[in-house]
Amino acid sequence: MLDSLKSELLAAVAAAGDLSALDEVRVTALGKKGRVTGLMKELGGLGAEERRARGGALNLLKDEIAAAIETRRGDLQALAQAARLEAERIDVSLPARPEAPGRIHPISQTVDELTAIFAEMGFTVAEGPDIEDDFHNFTALNFPPEHPAREMHDTFYLPDAADGRRMLLRTHTSPVQIRTMLTAKPPIRVIIPGRTYRSDYDMTHTPMFHQVEGLVVDESTHMGHLKGCLVEFCRAFFEIDDLPLRFRPSFFPFTEPSAEVDIGCSRKGGELKIGAYGDWLEILGCGMVHPNVLENCGIDSTRYQGFAFGMGIERIAMLKYGIPDLRTFFEADLRWLKHYGFVPLDIPNRAWS
Amino acid sequence: MKLTLSWLKDHLDTEASLDKICEALTALGLEVEGVEDRARDLAAFTVAHVVEAAPHPNADKLRVCRIDTGSGIVQVVCGAPNARTGMKGVFAPVGTFVPGTKLDLKKGVIRGVESNGMLVSERELGLSDQHDGIIELDGDAPVGAPFAKIAGLDDPVIDIALTPDRADCAGIRGIARDLAAAGLGTLKPLAVAAVPGEFASPLGIGIAAPEGACPLFVGRYIRGLRNGPSPRWLQDKLTAVGLRPISALVDITNFFTVDRARPLHVFDADQVRGGIRVRLAEAGETLSALNGKDYTLVGSETAVCDHQRVLGLGGIIGGVASGCTEDTSNVFLEVALFDPVRTARTGRRHGIDSDARYRFERGLDPEAVFAGAEQATALILELCGGTASELVVAGAVPEWQRTIRLRPDRVHQLGGVDVAPDEQRRILTALGCSVALGDDGVATVTPPPWRGDIEGEADLVEEVLRVNGFDRIPVVPMVRTATVTRSARDPGQRRTALVRRTLAARGLDEAVTWSFMAAATAARFGLVDPGLHLANPISADLDAMRPSILANLIAAVGRNADRGFPDLGLFELGPVYRSPAPDGQLMVACGVRAGVAVPRQWATASRGVDAFDAKADAQAALEVAGAPVVSLQVTADAPDWYHPGRSGSLRLGPSVLAQFGELHPAVLDAAGIKGPVVGFEVYLDAVPQPKRRAGTARPLVKLSPFQPIQRDFAFVLDQGVAAERLVRAAKGADKALVADVQVFDLYQGPGVEPGKKSLALAVTLQPTERTLTDQDLEAVGARIVAAVAKATGGVLRT
Repeated sequence: MLDSLKSELLAAVAAAGDLSALDEVRVTALGKKGRVTGLMKELGGLGAEERRARGGALNLLKDEIAAAIETRRGDLQALAQAARLEAERIDVSLPARPEAPGRIHPISQTVDELTAIFAEMGFTVAEGPDIEDDFHNFTALNFPPEHPAREMHDTFYLPDAADGRRMLLRTHTSPVQIRTMLTAKPPIRVIIPGRTYRSDYDMTHTPMFHQVEGLVVDESTHMGHLKGCLVEFCRAFFEIDDLPLRFRPSFFPFTEPSAEVDIGCSRKGGELKIGAYGDWLEILGCGMVHPNVLENCGIDSTRYQGFAFGMGIERIAMLKYGIPDLRTFFEADLRWLKHYGFVPLDIPNRAWS
Repeated sequence: MKLTLSWLKDHLDTEASLDKICEALTALGLEVEGVEDRARDLAAFTVAHVVEAAPHPNADKLRVCRIDTGSGIVQVVCGAPNARTGMKGVFAPVGTFVPGTKLDLKKGVIRGVESNGMLVSERELGLSDQHDGIIELDGDAPVGAPFAKIAGLDDPVIDIALTPDRADCAGIRGIARDLAAAGLGTLKPLAVAAVPGEFASPLGIGIAAPEGACPLFVGRYIRGLRNGPSPRWLQDKLTAVGLRPISALVDITNFFTVDRARPLHVFDADQVRGGIRVRLAEAGETLSALNGKDYTLVGSETAVCDHQRVLGLGGIIGGVASGCTEDTSNVFLEVALFDPVRTARTGRRHGIDSDARYRFERGLDPEAVFAGAEQATALILELCGGTASELVVAGAVPEWQRTIRLRPDRVHQLGGVDVAPDEQRRILTALGCSVALGDDGVATVTPPPWRGDIEGEADLVEEVLRVNGFDRIPVVPMVRTATVTRSARDPGQRRTALVRRTLAARGLDEAVTWSFMAAATAARFGLVDPGLHLANPISADLDAMRPSILANLIAAVGRNADRGFPDLGLFELGPVYRSPAPDGQLMVACGVRAGVAVPRQWATASRGVDAFDAKADAQAALEVAGAPVVSLQVTADAPDWYHPGRSGSLRLGPSVLAQFGELHPAVLDAAGIKGPVVGFEVYLDAVPQPKRRAGTARPLVKLSPFQPIQRDFAFVLDQGVAAERLVRAAKGADKALVADVQVFDLYQGPGVEPGKKSLALAVTLQPTERTLTDQDLEAVGARIVAAVAKATGGVLRT
């Protein structure tokens, strides 16, 4: 008799089409007034021996039915969830909500890149004002008055200061050398990135541009170190292991000896490529700090010596990233910024840049 | 500075090839900017003999020529009217690059007749515009010889970028001396023979200029000469280096200028009234100069005058009135020294760039004055005839000798390369220095008179290193003297970098714009200091230092909108200027947003930019800059380039850290832009630097074990009450418990009486001691309501 009840209840469990039907089956079988429960209640009227046997069988039946219900419940829940998920289907080909991170200007990125490289060599970053006086921009840097070298600088002038000083927009970052040496004691090892100004505007000149200056002053740094420093920088910056460098004697009032540095390139087919291709491209000026400059800053030139270098930031950025026109750096053309700019988290460093 | 190879070889005895010489020049610091070598460029073009020029069977105007090229007979079809049997011309074989047409010559069949090369015109060779016919050569031109050689075009022209210090190399002899020192040959001796004077000069010289303006003036009268065209060799030399031959006398002065950096002047002596006087010009005096321009003098120029008028500007340019012409028969030769500084100043003031000025302002060899006078006289007599007077001398050779000590190890200390003492001495001697060696090995060096640029020991080191070769300096890695414990950037610089990348991450594109702008715009944006107006702007719209970056970014918005991109956000991190003093320059983070902030999109409602976009940008910048953003005061008082009702300032005590808001419509109108545009300016220097604590540790974090609880309140207040006052009141109600207050709703309309508004706050309570009971919550709620009522008059909305 229990067998037929079991088959009947199991069939009802299997036939339950949804969770509420299943719950009805559970109540019918195992609820307070359920059929199995009813049979359990009848056990009280039986003798001890029979009650034990019957009770065991009923308990077995009860557990079996409960297990079947739970299994069925799991199945039905999965089915119900599948149906609900199917109903919730969306068109994932629709575009996501727009999020547009901006871009970092190539000048800033280049400054960060070169700062990372020079930081490895123990340089720190120094800065100074764009509006300078004649003393810091020229005189202290050993430019004789009226010397032709001053003329090469196409200086922008401002009205004279109240104390008669001739005010101007710095034509190079070198005045910060002076400001640094006037305040810091050797050893000095700084780079100086910043805005610079010259009154010139054509295909290859803009009235404002950026330079980075380097200055090292200690008791033993010589031209071999200057070469070592710049070879390491240029190779690291352009990411070319065998990039050749050529040092040519040149002239700057504030260095002696002075040199210009060329890097290897190719101009074949009108396309400029950086690397060991046999041709040369001028990239920076450098030299040993002129004794007069050291003395102008109160540094004993018989004890201290060092080097300085300077280069155009837009120029090296143009060369590295293939940007053809200097003037476009300052036009704030959205299309240009998006194309040549860098994502904000691309922060140059020597670990993974 | 241009020179030809053969001119160089007038001074330098060398077997070195052109390439070797150019390489050596660049290595010496005489950077070769270009070489024009027509012998190489025109190597394929040779002398050919037209054996026969027969009519073309199929074309009247063409001829079929059989040509002897020296290495065989070839057939060429030629259309030139002057092609004829027996002539000699210039032949180019198939495969030659033809400079005039910029094409490679191909074998062709012209009207059925094969043509294997061509006879060329001057235009096809790129020599001139002449294209009426093919080039005809003299009958004795050797067949097969290179045309460039026959035509005297085989002298390569070298163009050197001369640095301002090398006055001596503004003459070819100086360049030759450098090359000789570098081992590229030997410097030829230069004979100076005194020309005996046959009479006393009828013209005298007086110097009435200030000390140093004209230390020495040597003159000489030459009479009875004839000034015609100069000989071919001189004309060729000058033409090759880009100077136009004029007459023998003028060409001679140009020759000395280029050959040995010794500019001269020759006056027509019959036009000199009374005698020569060197004096400062008087204001208002005029000069018609040889460049065809008239100058009115300001009064400080060193002028070479006669007793009545200005004849020329010393060291710069001569005048027409006393210039030599074809009729000139008596001349007065000027060989002088003029002060470089005055020369440069006068040249710059009047905008005169002359070959003389170029050399005088670099400084001439003071010892070359007498030699120059004798050499020039000799050449004038040789080319123009005449007889010379005795020299007339005013002034004296200025003191130029100086001695410099060179320690034997200094080259290595400074240059990082070993150069043997003997070699150091050899180099310096070859450059013209006299070197005396002391017992201690220290050399006492006297630089030659033509090297005014050698002033100290470092200069001598450079000379040695330069001639020895910079490429022999070893590459030595930089040594780090100690562990680097600091980062390259200081906290202020790091902060700037962080703000930059934060603003970009918020969707703004970084721009870099000029530090200057139009003065009118600058005035609109607060420029007051007259010291910030450029004295010599490059254009009228870039004539004042910017007081704000906003105007530049607004203009950029306009340009982008005009290109079809009206929806954008830009920022710039850079300087603005309050005064010309170093502390008058401030570092500002500035940004703008224009057009649509959230574009039309299927999932999100579109909206335009508003002041709160700019406020969020400013706060984000301030946050990473380290400002206590939550405790900043917001005041509705931004400068007048903002919308007066939709802008504000973020303040920390008395100092303004930032301004933000919608930009004033008048500002946008002036820039021709349709609004709205919002913007912000963050003054990074005004943000307090974090205190320098010992070490890098942060304060210990306090994590409460009790969950925070959120309670909402809605208050009805007067419309004019700033939300910030409400928030502050709620926060202040229980500083220990109230962790955060957010405004989550603003409502005006039915249910709230006119003139009032409802603001809803979500207050976060963070217990730290124990879980809050209902009584606790009621008590804190009551305190909040009371505090709000007291501070704002607001009542709980029911």
